[in-house]
Amino acid sequence: MEYQVLLEKPKSFYQNYPRKAGNIEVTHYCPGCGHGVAHKYIAEALDRLDLQDRTVLISPVGCSVFAYYYFDVGNEQAAHGRAPALATGVKRALPNSIVISYQGDGDLAAIGTAEIIHAANRGEQITVIFINNAIYGMTGGQMAPTTLEGQKTSTSPLGRNPANEGFPIRMAELLATLEAPVYVERVSLHDVKNRNKARQAIYKALKCQKDRKGFSMVEILSQCPTGWKMDPPESLKWVAEKMVSYFPLGVKVDRIDESEPVTRPEQIWDPEVIIRNLGLVTLDIRQRADRSAIAEIHRNPRFKIAGFGGQGVLTMGIILAACGMIEDYNVAWLPSYGPEMRGGTAHCHVTISSKPIGSPLVSSSTVCIAMNKPSQEKFEKELVPGGLLIRNTSMIDVPPARTDIDVVSIPAAEMATEIGSLKVQNMVILGAYLEKSKLIHPETLEMVLKGMLKKAALLDMNMKALEAGREHVRKNA
Amino acid sequence: MAKELIKGNVAIVKGALLAGCEAYFGYPITPASEIAEYASLLFPKLGRVFIQAESEIAAINMIYGASGAGARCMTASSGPGLSLKQEGISYCAGAELPCVIADIMRGGPGLGNIGPEQGDYNQIVKGGGHGNYRVIVLAPNSGQEMCDLTMLGFELADKWRSPVILLADGFTGQMMEQVDFPEEPVRSTRKSWALYADRESKHNLITSIYLSHADLEAHNIKLQKKYARIEQEEVRFEELNCSDADVVMIAYGITSRICRTTMENAREQGLKIGLFRPRTLFPFPSQRIAELGQHIKFFLTVECSNGQMLHDVRLALNGTCPVEFYGRMGGEVPSAEEIFGVLTRLLKS
Ligand SMILES: Cc1ncc(C[n+]2csc(CCOP(=O)(O)OP(=O)(O)O)c2C)c(N)n1
Ligand code: SF4
Repeated sequence: MEYQVLLEKPKSFYQNYPRKAGNIEVTHYCPGCGHGVAHKYIAEALDRLDLQDRTVLISPVGCSVFAYYYFDVGNEQAAHGRAPALATGVKRALPNSIVISYQGDGDLAAIGTAEIIHAANRGEQITVIFINNAIYGMTGGQMAPTTLEGQKTSTSPLGRNPANEGFPIRMAELLATLEAPVYVERVSLHDVKNRNKARQAIYKALKCQKDRKGFSMVEILSQCPTGWKMDPPESLKWVAEKMVSYFPLGVKVDRIDESEPVTRPEQIWDPEVIIRNLGLVTLDIRQRADRSAIAEIHRNPRFKIAGFGGQGVLTMGIILAACGMIEDYNVAWLPSYGPEMRGGTAHCHVTISSKPIGSPLVSSSTVCIAMNKPSQEKFEKELVPGGLLIRNTSMIDVPPARTDIDVVSIPAAEMATEIGSLKVQNMVILGAYLEKSKLIHPETLEMVLKGMLKKAALLDMNMKALEAGREHVRKNA
Repeated sequence: MAKELIKGNVAIVKGALLAGCEAYFGYPITPASEIAEYASLLFPKLGRVFIQAESEIAAINMIYGASGAGARCMTASSGPGLSLKQEGISYCAGAELPCVIADIMRGGPGLGNIGPEQGDYNQIVKGGGHGNYRVIVLAPNSGQEMCDLTMLGFELADKWRSPVILLADGFTGQMMEQVDFPEEPVRSTRKSWALYADRESKHNLITSIYLSHADLEAHNIKLQKKYARIEQEEVRFEELNCSDADVVMIAYGITSRICRTTMENAREQGLKIGLFRPRTLFPFPSQRIAELGQHIKFFLTVECSNGQMLHDVRLALNGTCPVEFYGRMGGEVPSAEEIFGVLTRLLKS
């Protein structure tokens, strides 16, 4: 028989629904439900824009949880409210994809409020189709954030009372206050004229994404005859009479024309470029210092270094560890971290060892560097007998309590100020330690400092401070 | 090989990029923040995605999205954030989505503090989310392993289509050590099950829903079989001086490093102490622990927690060998001397 096709099912739909158990000819939606209509407009728009193969649709939790039964596109199914986060992940991973976050009002305006606001605010290049049916359909008609004042639901049996439940949320207006969204419109499905507007809005939102213009959302006032306990015609009337007056229809934001298309950077996979950008370099690692010249107590040292925040305590530890590494030792540096450091005291543990390092925590130290009085009082106790205490006498006015240890007293702060900056007091101390221990070759230290300090003047001052510390030990030996 | 003195947290980021990680989604929290900070610096340099999400919930769901789209991706946090991520981890496990998640543990419960702790063992190893799932859990104890196990994590995640959690602690994250970095970055290949927004992959469905009870049971059975295979094939551990030991200490992460010093000191004094360190917490090296239990007097499990891994050690031994426990909490970390004291007390009693 000859026939003419007047209306064809969009290609972006499966022709029947094999993912659905039971009757694969029909959807799982109730008769008269708005979801089916919205689905159709999306599928039509994908066909018209030739986007089917590039599309990934995120199904939410709600009556449309099985949207993936129907759309012959890529599909991911989300946890309740998280569809915009999934959409973000997909779109960022696949910048050429077309991503649709399809959500109900419980999903988008209650449990997923943070996700939708921030996806919109980041200007994610996704399209959100928001079905506002003023109720939780899926779970059997409970109150939604969009339930109208006085509306009876199974969890607002006496009618929504703003004094207890607050007022219905207008999401389209809320998102329209943000700078990033490019297109936000509210439409309705209650009559033919409005359905045509809805169809156009969905098309426009998807075209906006195709043109890489940014975030778009269409809020659709949609009838839920089952949840509202009405027949379909009644439910359409209810949308027209009750919902539209609280949720004004129309465009809330349209910056499509003035927005520039956004493109994301290309991934870089050239191994050389990766290695360079990660700052990975092969170091000249070898023993430089003469290890036989190191006294027993200074072999494989364990340091506790402590002082005020700002005295360069942590940096001194890092320099020591870096030198150790360059001299082919195993090293570990462990800082005190967190709020303790704000304005307060700082300390670090450093271990340098020719064997693999067990505990990076130094509980019995061989070297204690005390940059101030409380540090000396707290940490000299931990020194092993014969261990070395280096004390910054500019900041310590009491003698050490221990008599079974080796002590270097050095007015590091005063010496540093003389050299040009209080900031290099840690280098004065470091110089003293290195002269005393012979652990590290001066060349190694210079290498490390050159790597850390790019400015010549700064390097020069640091080298001077080191030398001053050395000199002090030599003189007082 | 390239070498660097580097914080554990930063080594994770470099390891991830060397493993071909394409996207990082995170939310700041001490003591894990350097991971997000360095990711925000390094990922964009290589054209990879970095997003500071609005919450850990959003971050793990971005992971779900990106992983479903075939990307190697990761997130990192600490206890409070991991609690929030549990929803998404359950969904990722259900939909069999690979990803790497670092937990740089801090003191709990609640906001607790930012000191190092190992109190997340139960929520991570036993699964803090809903449903019959497991995730692969790797336990680094050095800067080197922060890099290596991150890289391994991406491999295992793809191989088993499973989330992999790197369970580290504040000290391992904040500590700097020398790390050797491989100089051949990896790039993952196209996954047959993922979505690439093209015609070939269009019918790959990413979901954790199986509406029929029979289908969901079948899916669960399939998952359990996978976990059983992981238990067969992926157990990793380190043994030090266990062959002639009278007593074996069991510890992971930072605690294992401290126990190592205790062991070395004990050996110097002629005490036959060994150290067993699980590098995978799921799969747990139960079989090896049971074998060791046949030859020794007792085990001493040491944790910075109230004794969480302890239960897995006991299960492994099933009463065949005594298990003692020593733990500190709240950010307090035992010293090597302290553990030595516990050992000698136990040996005398
Ligand atoms: C974390 C979580 N909480 C609660 C639920 C139960 N739940 C399923 S659907 C739903 C409401 C969905 O309502 P809405 O988003 O308005 O969509 P509709 O069903 O009306 O289309 C709820 C609360 C869930 N699946 N997950
Ligand atoms: S309950 Fe309401 S929203 Fe859900 S399918 Fe039925 S009519 Fe549609």
